[in-house]
Amino acid sequence: MKRHLLSASDLNVDDAILILDTAEELAKLVDGPVKKLPTLRGRTVVNLFYEDSTRTRISFEAAAKRLSADVINFTAKGSSVSKGESLKDTALTLQAMGADAVIVRHSASGAAHQLAASGWIAGSVINAGDGTHEHPSQALLDAFTMRRHLRGSKGDLAGVRVTIVGDVLHSRVARSNVLLLATLGAEVTLVAPPTLMPFGVEQWPCEISYDLDRVLPRTEALMMLRVQGERMNNAFFPSMREYSRGYGLDDKRASALSPEAIVMHPGPMNRGLEISAGAADGLRSVIVEQVANGVSVRMAILYLLLGGAFVEEVSL
Amino acid sequence: MDVAQREVLDSGDINRALSRIAHEILEKNKGVQDLVLLGIPTRGAHIAQRLARAIADIEGIAIPVGTIDVTLHRDDLRSRPTRALLPTVIPTSGIDGKKVVLIDDVLFSGRTIRAALDAMGELGRPSQVQLAVLVDRGHRELPIRADYVGKNLPTSLKEHVRVSIMETDGSDSVSISGTPTSGAE
Repeated sequence: MKRHLLSASDLNVDDAILILDTAEELAKLVDGPVKKLPTLRGRTVVNLFYEDSTRTRISFEAAAKRLSADVINFTAKGSSVSKGESLKDTALTLQAMGADAVIVRHSASGAAHQLAASGWIAGSVINAGDGTHEHPSQALLDAFTMRRHLRGSKGDLAGVRVTIVGDVLHSRVARSNVLLLATLGAEVTLVAPPTLMPFGVEQWPCEISYDLDRVLPRTEALMMLRVQGERMNNAFFPSMREYSRGYGLDDKRASALSPEAIVMHPGPMNRGLEISAGAADGLRSVIVEQVANGVSVRMAILYLLLGGAFVEEVSL
Repeated sequence: MDVAQREVLDSGDINRALSRIAHEILEKNKGVQDLVLLGIPTRGAHIAQRLARAIADIEGIAIPVGTIDVTLHRDDLRSRPTRALLPTVIPTSGIDGKKVVLIDDVLFSGRTIRAALDAMGELGRPSQVQLAVLVDRGHRELPIRADYVGKNLPTSLKEHVRVSIMETDGSDSVSISGTPTSGAE
């Protein structure tokens, strides 16, 4: 595996399956009596969050703590960033404090790549969401959840029919999922109004549709995306109600799914807009499970990136 | 690599050693009461299954068998690339208050067993822990000793002990490669 986790496309099929299998073993331990493992004792993990986050930050923090790493939380609010400190100077500060891994979320696409490629910090960089670009750990936990429900926790996702619906344009979750799911052999269909499809989407390794009702019956895993109001500086659809009618998962649409299908959402949800309360809390929903799986998957990522020797340590 | 390999145990020897160990476990523990076998993956786990079968043949009772992965508790994680995790399967009856027999293929520095003891400490509190190994090759770095040994194999540090078993390698054998003097490996 590579040293950093910046994009879902960094992972080949063996890497991806290794992460999922490792997460599966860790989940067994963490769901059982073992709450804490000594594996990353002495390693320092920094959560560098320039954007708000509930799930991802808490989940990375829980994962690092369960592996006995020391965790330093950094949020842009209340730090010198609000005095105008640059990403570079912040990174140099973290390097001086000896961060073995930096988990970064930033509103600028490519921020994680910049951090990893610049040489500002020596540790691993894990992308926890950069702008509208990528969010690979979310894609991994989604794949983990799908594999548990649809493939008995084994192997890849060959042939699994996944439908991703909604604000694809602003979604880093969608891009990372499409890339990872293609690596794992799943058949992905993106569904969105034409205004919310990103430029160049026809080059992505997936199908594209504008008609949710046609795709629903053959879907095995349905992933609803959040409508990202805070990133919309334009009118992308006429009204909330119209969006909801065309692309929202209401109770009627949920009942059109096959009984084995699962309903997913990366959170936070806009209940009543892209997903109804009935569908979000229904029997097919695995949304809460996704959050729980996030901890195991992030433990696996941290273990695989930090558990062994760093390249320089081996060559010494 | 053209290294001389010398077979020290063949399949018959391994079977006889395991069946002796099965008898010794029963003798020492006066039966199968509260006995749990935990193999260290990968080969130790298969050897544990075989010992459980041998014990079942003798006593007519199936005893709980599991596996315990020690990777996350190793003290040498930092000195090599990350290792993949192996399965940990604890029998449903648990290990609290049980007599646990840890099983591995080769006993060498003792560090794997130390890690296994730590891993076990997270999972419960056995009343007793015993250790069974197919081969003890010496060179202990920790105060650890096996209760049941298939074969004591005096080796040099430059030699390499290779255990093959049917389930993972297609045949049963224990061989030594490299010579004490040449240091080839």
